[in-house]
Amino acid sequence: MLSQDIAIVLPELVLAIYSMLALLVAVYTGKDGLTQLVTWATAAVMVAVALWVAVAGSGSQIAFGGLFVDDAFARFAKVAILLSGAAILLISEDFMAKRGLARFEYPLLIALASIGMMAMVSAGDLMSLYMGLELQSLALYVVAALDRDSKTSTEAGLKYFVLGALSSGLLLYGASLVYGYAGTTSFAGILTTVQHGVPVGLLFGLVFMLAGLAFKISAAPFHMWTPDVYEGAPTPVTAFFATAPKIAAMAMIARLVHDAFGGITVQWAQVLAVLSLLSMFVGAVAAIGQKDIKRLIAYSSIAHMGFALMGLASGTAFGVQAMLVYMAIYVTMNLGTFAFILSLEMDGKPVTDISLLNQFSKREPLKALAVLVLMFSLAGVPPMLGFFGKFYVLKAAVDAGMGWLAVAGVIASVIGAFYYLRIVYYMYFGAEQAGAESKMNPVQWLALMGVAVVMLAAVVNFFGLEPAAVAAAAALVG
Amino acid sequence: MNNLLSLITFVPAIAAAILALFLRGNDPAAQRNAKWLALFATVVSFALSLLLLKGFDPANTGFQFVEDRPWIMGLHYKMGIDGISILFVMLTTFLMPITIASCWNVETRVKDYMIAFLLLETLMLGVFTALDLVLFYLFFEAGLIPMFLIIGIWGGANRIYAAFKFFLYTFFGSVLMLVAMVAMYHAAGTTDIPTLMTYKFSHDPIVVLGLTVTGGLQTLLFLAFFASFAVKMPMWPVHTWLPDAHVQAPTAGSVVLAAILLKMGGYGFLRFSMPMFPVAAHLWTPVVFWMSAIAIVYTSLVALVQTDMKKLVAYSSVAHMGYVTLGIFAMNAQGVDGAIFQMLSHGFISGAMFLCVGVIYDRMHTREIDAYGGLVNRMPAYALVFMFFTMANVGLPGTSGFVGEFLTLMGVFQVNTWVAAVATSGVILSAAYGLWLYRRVVFGALVKEGLKTITDMTRRERAIFAPLIIMTLLFGVYPKVVTDIIDPSVQAMVANYAAATTQASN
Repeated sequence: MLSQDIAIVLPELVLAIYSMLALLVAVYTGKDGLTQLVTWATAAVMVAVALWVAVAGSGSQIAFGGLFVDDAFARFAKVAILLSGAAILLISEDFMAKRGLARFEYPLLIALASIGMMAMVSAGDLMSLYMGLELQSLALYVVAALDRDSKTSTEAGLKYFVLGALSSGLLLYGASLVYGYAGTTSFAGILTTVQHGVPVGLLFGLVFMLAGLAFKISAAPFHMWTPDVYEGAPTPVTAFFATAPKIAAMAMIARLVHDAFGGITVQWAQVLAVLSLLSMFVGAVAAIGQKDIKRLIAYSSIAHMGFALMGLASGTAFGVQAMLVYMAIYVTMNLGTFAFILSLEMDGKPVTDISLLNQFSKREPLKALAVLVLMFSLAGVPPMLGFFGKFYVLKAAVDAGMGWLAVAGVIASVIGAFYYLRIVYYMYFGAEQAGAESKMNPVQWLALMGVAVVMLAAVVNFFGLEPAAVAAAAALVG
Repeated sequence: MNNLLSLITFVPAIAAAILALFLRGNDPAAQRNAKWLALFATVVSFALSLLLLKGFDPANTGFQFVEDRPWIMGLHYKMGIDGISILFVMLTTFLMPITIASCWNVETRVKDYMIAFLLLETLMLGVFTALDLVLFYLFFEAGLIPMFLIIGIWGGANRIYAAFKFFLYTFFGSVLMLVAMVAMYHAAGTTDIPTLMTYKFSHDPIVVLGLTVTGGLQTLLFLAFFASFAVKMPMWPVHTWLPDAHVQAPTAGSVVLAAILLKMGGYGFLRFSMPMFPVAAHLWTPVVFWMSAIAIVYTSLVALVQTDMKKLVAYSSVAHMGYVTLGIFAMNAQGVDGAIFQMLSHGFISGAMFLCVGVIYDRMHTREIDAYGGLVNRMPAYALVFMFFTMANVGLPGTSGFVGEFLTLMGVFQVNTWVAAVATSGVILSAAYGLWLYRRVVFGALVKEGLKTITDMTRRERAIFAPLIIMTLLFGVYPKVVTDIIDPSVQAMVANYAAATTQASN
């Protein structure tokens, strides 16, 4: 029934219709003059849709003959995607306005990318998966090059486009192999096929698809684009790259491996375990020499993806739960960190050089303290929330008999702790000289402080994150 | 009062929060307020911990003052103390007001300094009271953050290197313990420490990477915990972070580090390694014995040639901690009683030694031994105090240092005569470096120009040392105050250990 199908995809439709209308209105009326309004409106709509999805959704439903799945897992991911997207829009509005980047297309492209991501995490078929992925990617290619007069930004956009296209190609090739050997593109159909033996071609297809998706989450060894794009793109865009698309791609991997390849956990778990291992170490080691905070965060995100993959690699429901909790915590931490990075400036120009943070704690004690909390949280030092994310994935890995991966993970986290400590070192122990200032608007201030408080206070009970993640994992693996 | 332990633990943290949120400005008045509030909070915490001592029943070998609330992920917020942990709690609450009082002269970022120490106290108390694996880990690990900042912000010239080394070294040790804890949670299905102490972890040999591991899971878990506690202790050869950290840390930081933070390693062995992995501990006892014996002799020799006073005291700490590991792994009542006694006594003595160094460092701003000499001429009171603690450090009968070393060596002698013989030579060596240090700093003619105007200890400084002297003497002449409290719990632990190891060998 079409009306029922539409009822299921209504949140996506509402967001899509809003984006189109807002685009029309902006183009035919005030154009960039409307940017602030459009930004806030988009954020508001995204938050409203997120609340709608969280409150109204229940049970598991499929639409369009299995192309689209709405279950607790998809809803968890969607809420995280929409909320983080909206938050990024709000904290970056001030930055965009100051740098002459206030274009009304930006919030709308983010909204369109969010629709793509929502489709990705709800995909029940290789076709819808690819559609969602491309909608997301196309929007992101454009925003990466948003600062069109800047050489680095256009370079970042081009790089992201070329490598993204390559990864899409890999994914598509893998999908076609899977289709060829399974005879169907629907996840349910593939699942039935693999339960009766796994042809080698199908495994090839699976590996290609995972490689393509690993590009999207920037897992090593498919991470090369990440530092350059993070550095080149305007900081708000980087902030967005580091949050919502990561959740979407990670959730999509979980969806793909459990819904379509659930019967052959052994086959993909080892692929994910290797990706996880490499990412953790590449992220930890390569970040040590970085001088630019955006590059550093790029490598940090690679390492964090490695940890999240550790949860997935365990192949259990608890592993999915651990991954979701990890991603939620990771995104929250990044939100606070980017609120801080966005506010950094010196002589009116944005700066990203870490050494300019010297003695920041003397200039801004409270902000420095909040960043200190965030850095230790990112490093996974208790009592900050980041530690509990790590604890979750380690538990998942050990429960699944992957003790070696857990040991490797904690060793990587010690290496990684070094560069987070370096930021603390500059802020608190650095030499006395002129350094960066942090000029925040109230939204950014609220984001930084709020996240820092959450990192400490949520230790008490996780604010309900745990039951939601349990339900989501049960819906996917159950 | 069934929240007494939480109250004791979190009073300093609450004071830290008040300081952070409500105290504004950096003028002398604000600085003074910060110091007084910090002192007040630590004294309140100490006073409350006296209630603990009053209500404690030594005959009961189980956990007392237990609090238990469900937490996330099936974990529990569970706290409690037994005969082994109560005195560590007391040690911490007793030493913190002294520590705060000792940094009364600090002028840079006083508020932050006080916050760091108050948070550190909460985290240290949490370590000694936590009865849930993850809660323990949380406190254990979080303590690194304030200490990292204390060394990094208020430390000496080479503080950044020392701070990083301290953090990464100990972080590395403890993350392995984290994996072991996760594995224990997986194997036993609980993180409740009292339950885990009676849970029998498998010691059937298993094969890892083609190697057969005798003692199986127990050995792996034991080694992971060992990595953490050996670094924290610190045991030779992973002690190298300690001299760096001590030399660079400000005086109060050194005091806390030597007097309390190092005890976490020994406490960890007593709480986790011995009761939970008895078979593995038994297997590894010879290794630990020889590591400790080497530590005692080697670090004592290293201490002899130091030119920096703090470094000398730091190496002497490593040597004294060697007795602690010896006593613990002897696993008889004398050995373990002696180890706990030694830890408490070392808490007072090493703390006082660092304070002694701090007194003259505050005046001369150098820790070079060569820069001093003949202090007795101008600082008689200081000479007396320093002499007292040097003797206590050497282990002179009548001071607490003697009781600890004697009990430990007696325990070890019953198990391994050779190790006991080697370790005993450390007593002589400690007399050598201790007295030689004292002679070079205090005796002789006062010839150095800069020292001619040096002043003796102020009333505040004397007041700081008084309680330490009293405790050192009290424990030295009447050790029963300690052993009465710890002995029943120690006896129970030793009996369980013996039962577990005989059962395994049959």
